[in-house]
Amino acid sequence: MTPALPLDDAGPYVAAAYLVFLALILIYVAIMAGKLARIARELGELTELVARRDERAAPADRAGDGSPSGAGPGSHAGEAVPR
Amino acid sequence: MFSRGLKPLSIASVVLIVGAFALVFFYAPNDADQGFIQKIFYLHVPLAIVALCGFVAGGVFGIRYLRSGDRAHDLRSYVAIHLSLVLAVGALVTGSIWAKGAWGQWWVWEEPTLVSFLIVFLLYACYQPLRFSIEDPERQARTASVFAIVCGAFVPLNFLAVRMAESLIHPRVLSTTGGSMPADMRTTFVVSLVAMAVLFVTLWKYELTSKQASMQLRALKRRLADDDDPWVPTGRSAAPQQL
Repeated sequence: MTPALPLDDAGPYVAAAYLVFLALILIYVAIMAGKLARIARELGELTELVARRDERAAPADRAGDGSPSGAGPGSHAGEAVPR
Repeated sequence: MFSRGLKPLSIASVVLIVGAFALVFFYAPNDADQGFIQKIFYLHVPLAIVALCGFVAGGVFGIRYLRSGDRAHDLRSYVAIHLSLVLAVGALVTGSIWAKGAWGQWWVWEEPTLVSFLIVFLLYACYQPLRFSIEDPERQARTASVFAIVCGAFVPLNFLAVRMAESLIHPRVLSTTGGSMPADMRTTFVVSLVAMAVLFVTLWKYELTSKQASMQLRALKRRLADDDDPWVPTGRSAAPQQL
């Protein structure tokens, strides 16, 4: 029996179908990559926020505690701030 | 919580997809009736089956959410339905391409299999707007779960209705006689189906992990932000915002 469509005619349809699948997966992965980039950016903002808080907490810590052991080496400045 | 086993799953997905495509083009024989264009079958049918199973899985997670109140199940349901919609788009487009090649038409409105799949797709296309329209997270999760359960029950009913309807030109792949595929075609089809299912689970876990990371970041921001920091994101979203 002769196939309904010869290879030359069917080839573009088959290629198109598999390319659609590939494109869908690539678009999905690209969207996921965009989300991952946003998470990385937000993580950077969070790190900045923590650094800002530490900077603000350090003078207050020094003013509130006159003893040299309060914010000395080895202690974390942010830990002395009352929440 | 969601990222466990993601690496082996990713490797398995790549190996299975590449293996399945290799079987399609180098092992499975050309169909005697349709010829080379029948190769679309190994992509189109697994896409459709996995998408429908994903919709049903969304309903199952909806039931689990309503029973337990655990937001993680709502997130699982949301991601399963979202991903199934992507695969359903793939099934519709590849099916249309196959139809154009084999039947000479992009779409046949008289064919129950095609129209019923489109109805299911359009039904689930309402899921995200429904979620987005509800601001309260608790109510959003509850309503979305009910929607997922009702539509999830509709999928097998729809499948049965199509089985009972008279087919015009679309073949019945999972026929009651077990199909009439030769062994090499059946092997290729089963490998393609398994590959698509593993790919679905991998992408599902990827998205769950990404969403969980976003939620944890937002929660941390809220805890760290002072009153004078206006950049903490708030506002509505179709996706669950917290676990």
